[in-house]
Amino acid sequence: MTAPSRVRPARVAGGVGDSTLRPDGIPKLEGSFEYAQDLWQEGALWGATTRSPHAHARIVAVDVSPALSIGGVHAVLTADDVPGSPTFGLEHSDQPVLASDVINYWGEPVALVAAEDRDTARRAAAAVKVRYEILEPLTDPGEADTRDEAFRRIRIRRGDQEASGPVVVEGYYETAMQDQAPLGTEAGLAVPDGQGGVDLFATSQFLHVDHEQVVASLGLSADQVRAHPTGIGGAFGSREDVNLHIHLCMLALRTGQPVKMVYDRSESFTGHVHRHPARMWYRHEANRDGTLARVEARILLDGGAYASTTPAVLANASYFAVGPYKCDSVAVDGVGTRTNNPPCGAMRGFGAVQVCFAYETQMDRLADALSMDPIELRRKNALTTGDHFATTGQIIETPLPTVEVLESLAAMPLPADSESDLLPGGSGLTTEARHVMRGIGYAIGIKNLGFSEGFDDYSQARVRLAGSGAVVETAAIEVGQGLVTVLAQIARTALGISDVTVEHVDTSRIDSAGSTSASRQTQVSGGAVLKAATTLRDRILHHHDGDDLTDQGVLRNGDVIVTMGELVADDWQETATFRHPPTTAPDEYGQGKLHADFAVAGHRAVVDVDPELGLVRVIRVDTAQDVGKALNPEAVLGQIEGGIMQGVGLAVMEELVVEEGIIRNPNFTDYLLPTILDAPDVEALLIEEDGSWGPFGAKGVGEPPTISSTAAVAAAIRAATGKAIERVPVRPQDIAL
Amino acid sequence: MHFHHPTTLADATQAVAEGATPLAGGTDLMVEVNFRHRRPEHVVGLRKVEELGAWEGNRIGAGVTWRRLEHGGPQALAEAARTVGSPQIRNAGTIGGNVVTASPAGDGLPFLVAVDAKVEVMSAEGGRLVPWDVFFVGVKKTTLAADELVTAIHLPESLPERQAFGKVGVRSAMVIATVGCVVTRTDDGKTTVGLGSVGPTPLRASRAEEMISSVTRPTESDLAEFQKMVSDEARPITDHRSTEEYRRHAVGVLARRLLERCLR
Repeated sequence: MTAPSRVRPARVAGGVGDSTLRPDGIPKLEGSFEYAQDLWQEGALWGATTRSPHAHARIVAVDVSPALSIGGVHAVLTADDVPGSPTFGLEHSDQPVLASDVINYWGEPVALVAAEDRDTARRAAAAVKVRYEILEPLTDPGEADTRDEAFRRIRIRRGDQEASGPVVVEGYYETAMQDQAPLGTEAGLAVPDGQGGVDLFATSQFLHVDHEQVVASLGLSADQVRAHPTGIGGAFGSREDVNLHIHLCMLALRTGQPVKMVYDRSESFTGHVHRHPARMWYRHEANRDGTLARVEARILLDGGAYASTTPAVLANASYFAVGPYKCDSVAVDGVGTRTNNPPCGAMRGFGAVQVCFAYETQMDRLADALSMDPIELRRKNALTTGDHFATTGQIIETPLPTVEVLESLAAMPLPADSESDLLPGGSGLTTEARHVMRGIGYAIGIKNLGFSEGFDDYSQARVRLAGSGAVVETAAIEVGQGLVTVLAQIARTALGISDVTVEHVDTSRIDSAGSTSASRQTQVSGGAVLKAATTLRDRILHHHDGDDLTDQGVLRNGDVIVTMGELVADDWQETATFRHPPTTAPDEYGQGKLHADFAVAGHRAVVDVDPELGLVRVIRVDTAQDVGKALNPEAVLGQIEGGIMQGVGLAVMEELVVEEGIIRNPNFTDYLLPTILDAPDVEALLIEEDGSWGPFGAKGVGEPPTISSTAAVAAAIRAATGKAIERVPVRPQDIAL
Repeated sequence: MHFHHPTTLADATQAVAEGATPLAGGTDLMVEVNFRHRRPEHVVGLRKVEELGAWEGNRIGAGVTWRRLEHGGPQALAEAARTVGSPQIRNAGTIGGNVVTASPAGDGLPFLVAVDAKVEVMSAEGGRLVPWDVFFVGVKKTTLAADELVTAIHLPESLPERQAFGKVGVRSAMVIATVGCVVTRTDDGKTTVGLGSVGPTPLRASRAEEMISSVTRPTESDLAEFQKMVSDEARPITDHRSTEEYRRHAVGVLARRLLERCLR
């Protein structure tokens, strides 16, 4: 027997730290990449959904015969046709597969149609006659709170509740409902297997929980349903919940034919959950030296009609209510209300975005009240490794470079104070340089990485030798973020083999990889790949008594003793499950080791504002971000630029306008996303530090760029205009009037 | 569904007389179809009718695209054309479509009303020229008869020497106007103000025009008065895109800025 640990793998081409090209990049550019929208099978029918035009109503009668009488219609299904559990839900099964009795939100599905073409299916869906008795919708979340219509309440009390400080600032803040607006709408294909089961190919972020919910509502056994990964055009949280999945399977099983569905843009806006609109009241008390003496917050998130992830989003908003700051006297009360507004759930940042806007505005106001530099105030209170987390009391064990983030950000060069090449108002030619005021604003934010509150957060991965190298098998979902790239990089470096590809496999072939959310896949599924690959390498070297594994095969003293071809023929493989450090559920005061890891990021926004017209152009957003270790620096930059764009969107234009429960702008004409002309320049500094539990010290990087970018832009607008800016998005009338 | 591809105006008007829905760039009609607001059974495609694409002097064919206007139109119309949608939309969408759709937010309309354009319409029976203020009667409502086709826009023989367009929107491009405005001024001071998105139809701010036309060298207080008068003459509403108060404020600010541009 030789010693177990041998030569560490040499640096492998395309391994960790390289900005390797993404394998899906060229096909996506060429248009050859197969998205869920492109799925097709000969003989497939098209599905469509009949949705409620009311936010709250009682269903008196459903008459499907007008739809059935249209030529080419194969099936029309209602709630009576749901074979198994009539409801589904990510955390609580409370949402009807099809409404049977009461409509609780505008656009709630009532019936399903399968027909020979898309147009016929849609016409038939519109032909289903539903008689409603219209009810008064509950749309004011404050009223819902009063009536105790709540999905969850959180009460955090930490430290001396009588503590106080001489300098006090209070404020009330609001953030609007934002949409994930992925360019790929919800889409999928369900194929009956001829034996009572079904194969589902549909947009997703978490195959195994889709599978669980589909199985329950179909009333089948787990092995009769296989959920397959498919090509996905963005997600940002919108695909955590089931939407068309059960519907597709019901139609396929009823008709015995494959059924395809693609939501159009307006249906997509009602077919997925949104970012919770928030109302937040804050009171900060500080000592004269700037240290926080007490923070109190009341946070209301409107969850809309069904639970979705509201309990977890509310938890995040509440636990991150103080931000990346130390404070030993904290009181936070959070509520996630139930109303007849559109259901809200996961979106990039998951509750941490809304409160960041509020606490960073408070910190700026506090700096003002103290006549202190806002960076200095933040530095003075910065939370770091070894500190107690202000809300939960948890001791921070992983690296948390809050001070480095702040200092690097402040040290980044500012753009010249000259004209920008594009003025507020853009091509509308509203504004000349003499109308413009420039402002600069800073904000920093913090978020948990991975699942929290005692959730058993794990991922399974398999690494096997095949072809002329290795294949990584995983059910982890690639939504465009680059997971498929980084998992291969991790395997290359761990194995010492450069030829590695990633294969997404269905739910029957591997255990769960967990959700593509919470910035967790690089850390958790990456951890599983690292574990499987490291074990496999060790086993192979041990078996052959070799001292190195390379593209050539097993080496001993520099000579190839077993070729890669021979290894592949032996069918080497290893399956591993990775769990992040355990967390606990909160006690009655919200205390405990609730989070597995944290990341901080800071943003400095430079904006030009035309105060008279209230028009804003975000010139640049610079950032410093705590990334642990950048496994693929270009990919990290991609996350940072995209996350900043989403933050800029929430700051100045992205808002679902909801009146009496009805979305008034469910289209890209009126739900405004920033265009390239609205995109700020971005300079990013990656702060690397050893010690996190992710592979090679990596931290999740997907969400941190969205946490404080909104707050930084709002602060810059405040600096340019002198306006209070207590709500985002900032609308022209909020500045001009 | 029936679809006609006429190459002559006579065939096109004949199809319209038979109830066909005209389709030019499709940037309005196809959106309506996609939203299932309309489901035309009979469509006449106009792109192959060369006469509609003709643009000679002050007669702009209804089929002239935003792309062409952006690069060859009168200054304020070219500036407006630049703000319509994306390059793809500007390659497809036409000035005739803008007029027929008659959205209060139509980007070309403030210019047309500011210069007193006339709309040339034709049916199988013959043609007529309709002044803009007779043509536009309400939100997406015109006096175009069911058997008529808009064939051209007639601009006056001579256009004001100075003209400026501006459009307020929340994003830098590809945005529906919250407020649109064109101000023109001749060398002898005659000023016109065309407004969009602040009333059911495009409007003229006549009292403001009259006041400022009589002033050769407007002072700061004349400009302030002008701004206020434009705001007062607007008839905006509150909807999901903006508020009545903001639109009223912004249209005055914008008109004043455009006038200042004309005065330079």
